[in-house]
Amino acid sequence: MEKETRVLDEVTIRFAGDSGDGMQLTGGQFTNTSAAMGNDLSTLPDYPAEIRAPIGTTYGVSGFQIHFGATEINTPGDHCDILVAMNAASLKVNLRSLQENGIIIVNTDGFGDKNLKLAGYSQSPLADGSLSKYQLFQVDITKLTNLALADLNLPQKTIDKTKNFFALGMMYWMFNRTLDNTNQWIIEKFGKKPELVEANSRVMKAGWNYAETTDVFAVKYEVKPAPLTPGKYRNINGNQAAALGLVAAAHQANLDLFLGTYPITPASDILHELATFKNFRVKTFQCEDEIAGITSAIGASFGGALAATTTSGPGLALKTEAMGLAVMVELPLVIINVQRGGPSTGLPTKTEQADLLQAIYGRNGESPIPVIAASTPSDCFTMAFEASRIALKYMTPVILLTDGYLGNGSEPWLLPQEKDLPSIAPKFRTDPENYMPYQRDDITLSREWAIPGTIGLEHRIGGLEKQDKTGNINYEPENHDLMVKLRAAKVERIANDIPLAKVDGPESGDILVVGWGGTYGTIKTAVERKLKEGKSVAHLHLKYINPMPKNVGEILSKYKYVLVPEINLGQLIKILREKFLVPAIGLNKVQGLPFRSVEIEEKIDSVLGGKL
Amino acid sequence: MSILVDEAVNQSLVSTVKYTSKDFSSDQDVRWCPGCGDYSVLAQVQRILPELNYPKEKIVFISGIGCSSRFPYYMDTYGFHGIHGRATAIASGLKIARPDLMVWVATGDGDGLSIGGNHMIHVLRRNIDLNILLFNNQIYGLTKGQYSPTSEAGKITKSSPVGSVDMPFNPASLALGSGGTFVARSLDRDPKHMQTIIKRAAEHKGTSFVEIYQNCNVFNDGAFFQFTEKETKSDSVVFLEHGKPLVFGKDGDKGIKLDGFSPTVVSLKDGSHSTNDLLIHNEKDSTLAFILANMTYNAEMPRPVGIFLAIDRPRYEDEMEKQIDSAISKRGKGQLDKLLNGGDTWVIQ
Ligand SMILES: Cc1ncc(C[n+]2csc(CCOP(=O)(O)OP(=O)(O)O)c2C)c(N)n1
Ligand code: SF4
Ligand SMILES: [Mg+2]
Repeated sequence: MEKETRVLDEVTIRFAGDSGDGMQLTGGQFTNTSAAMGNDLSTLPDYPAEIRAPIGTTYGVSGFQIHFGATEINTPGDHCDILVAMNAASLKVNLRSLQENGIIIVNTDGFGDKNLKLAGYSQSPLADGSLSKYQLFQVDITKLTNLALADLNLPQKTIDKTKNFFALGMMYWMFNRTLDNTNQWIIEKFGKKPELVEANSRVMKAGWNYAETTDVFAVKYEVKPAPLTPGKYRNINGNQAAALGLVAAAHQANLDLFLGTYPITPASDILHELATFKNFRVKTFQCEDEIAGITSAIGASFGGALAATTTSGPGLALKTEAMGLAVMVELPLVIINVQRGGPSTGLPTKTEQADLLQAIYGRNGESPIPVIAASTPSDCFTMAFEASRIALKYMTPVILLTDGYLGNGSEPWLLPQEKDLPSIAPKFRTDPENYMPYQRDDITLSREWAIPGTIGLEHRIGGLEKQDKTGNINYEPENHDLMVKLRAAKVERIANDIPLAKVDGPESGDILVVGWGGTYGTIKTAVERKLKEGKSVAHLHLKYINPMPKNVGEILSKYKYVLVPEINLGQLIKILREKFLVPAIGLNKVQGLPFRSVEIEEKIDSVLGGKL
Repeated sequence: MSILVDEAVNQSLVSTVKYTSKDFSSDQDVRWCPGCGDYSVLAQVQRILPELNYPKEKIVFISGIGCSSRFPYYMDTYGFHGIHGRATAIASGLKIARPDLMVWVATGDGDGLSIGGNHMIHVLRRNIDLNILLFNNQIYGLTKGQYSPTSEAGKITKSSPVGSVDMPFNPASLALGSGGTFVARSLDRDPKHMQTIIKRAAEHKGTSFVEIYQNCNVFNDGAFFQFTEKETKSDSVVFLEHGKPLVFGKDGDKGIKLDGFSPTVVSLKDGSHSTNDLLIHNEKDSTLAFILANMTYNAEMPRPVGIFLAIDRPRYEDEMEKQIDSAISKRGKGQLDKLLNGGDTWVIQ
């Protein structure tokens, strides 16, 4: 039977199964193949918090969502069009993310009595009509996998581990993808074990053949390449990108990179990544706690390293006192907070944007720290590099906010070339003549970096208030007032050294949607759709929050309404109201999940409709 | 080290200048209470540093918060007065980033064992080459006299008006238990002894932990007088010397012998024992070090003072450098363009 091919602009697929079913791998392979075929895309893994949850339970479900298209893709997708569910629990957990009339492909073997019970189904959803508003495809993937490998004499455990390739093969057929990339990967991965190469690649082909030859699937789809900027790409997630940004900055600055840190989800991957860069002289120090993480980094910075510390919310709380020390001693330090759901231990594997006020204000005393935020996974590279640049140039700690969604989510990244990176040229003071530790540069107000080992520059710094210029301990009222103001002014001056804010959409109009951080893609998608509908909407995404670009106030004043969607109870909005006295409107949701574009679109509509 | 650091700093590890103790005293007024034991530590350190022949600009003193933690301000070296309890962590980062520096830590019983106890045990197990001077005055001096984690049980202070019910740490046992490779104790009022210990601590490769009994004459005056004053010292203190029998008392009339694992005091005067029966100190023996350190709060025994343990173990920072060197020799020096172009890449035409 000749099968019909339909052309689609964009598609979202969610692979879901038990933690042991290899869904991350399946999704990763589908991603790499689609990227190589020229689609734009965005992905998001969804791991369970438990490491080895019991098999078949809902809390052991692992998912991977990929949104790919022939057009620009900015988010991993609000809803999925296709759900691949390897067992009952994964269907149960993920059905809510499926589009009405969406496609469900299930492995029927995962819907036995035991699996149904574990998932909390009293009767099989495959049989009771509850899935009638979807297109359900039932395939006994387990049995077909076993059949495909019958003559290889492999242990049952090995066979079970290949069944995700059957599902992958079917999806490759359905979307007209080549098997070559994954076959190549299988050879690289299992090259030393020929029986595994044979098994995995045979099962994938069996999945492809099954879809091609049986009557189960009547339609296949084509998603053409997207008009991407020509060049070399790789797929990158935010944590990898942040790690590379730090390495690149240290390299450009001719400094060694030091990371002092303590493992915490979802930030640990930055440590894991950096621990592999020893040939760049990167030193990763896994400490006894977050306080040692930041204070060891401050020590390394005193010694002339580009020092960084990475963490998530609870860890940032522990670093609080030491951040104040870094403000006081005016040493460069990059602090990366990959935000997660809080407060306390909160939702460790879920995303949130609720640490903004903590980052800006959360210290004792007047303790100004520049705060910047990455807006997409690959932007974590740019902003980690930028955090390093600012820290080194202004001799200050800098907080970079990312979040779990950016850290784990990935997108194609047009590789930067070394020559295109901004210059970072820190200098150490070496001249002992008239050296004063707190003498400041006229333009940046930053003090000089004088490191131990330099002849004639012996000096002492610390957390006690300093006398202006000499840096000696000083408790005089006027001096403290002056120093408090100097430290604040230094951070304010960074506004002279960052790009002006740019609006996407009309430069004035009815409504400006202002976001920061990981909501970028969602807001962009929503605003673009509204623009297409002819609405007067624009998007401003703030990457520099403290200080802000100098033109933000002016931009805000050009729109009738300012809408600020945030995954918190309204933090940026407080700052905007306070700084610019704008009657901004909030859109706030704190579910541990990213916004969906439609939610923002609906809010835009209701604001335009006069319902604030 | 990085190119920039290399260019800025003196590469030599040997001083070409002959220093005197004056060279190590800064222009800042010393602000400890008159009579405070901290003065003695400062004097002995300034006395010994010239003997080490280490370039002054490569010496760094790092402290936390407390009276004792003011120490770096008075040294004409590089210095960092940190935050409460974190001196060891700040120093760890500095030493790992810059193994060429000689890094000292000045800390108190509160700073190093209470708020900073966690960092202390971890630096000891890692054996990072820091020289830690723990000023033990058995009190919180700077905050005006609360009991500390080394104050004796029953201690009456402002925060324990009817006596503290806390059991004190024995710093030497804690350091040994944490895997310390150099663990010693000295006395503020025995300058010669302190000088010897400070010098040995500086020469030790690995973390050196030196507990110094330090009199706080304002909030805990006389806490150690039994061990430091003429009348009582000889009967109350046994000095540990490598390879020598444990003799103490007026005219060396007493000794310590091992009874199973328990040290006991024997008389060398009544004819029952001679020095041949006594325990010979061996600072390489970690089991013995524990036994001796445990004599500390035993009322029957003299207070052990000296070097409990001095053994070699690889230093954290050296091991880290080795991994770096090996990565560079295997993979070549990191090249940024290669790194950025790494991973699974594809080209869009
Ligand atoms: C985070 C923090 N908590 C508490 C204090 C108050 N504080 C300063 S020094 C100190 C105790 C110091 O005792 P110790 O380390 O024994 O030093 P000493 O003054 O006895 O030399 C305390 C509790 C502080 N500075 N910082
Ligand atoms: S309070 Fe005690 S420890 Fe502090 S300076 Fe005075 S005497 Fe020394
Ligand atoms: Mg004390």
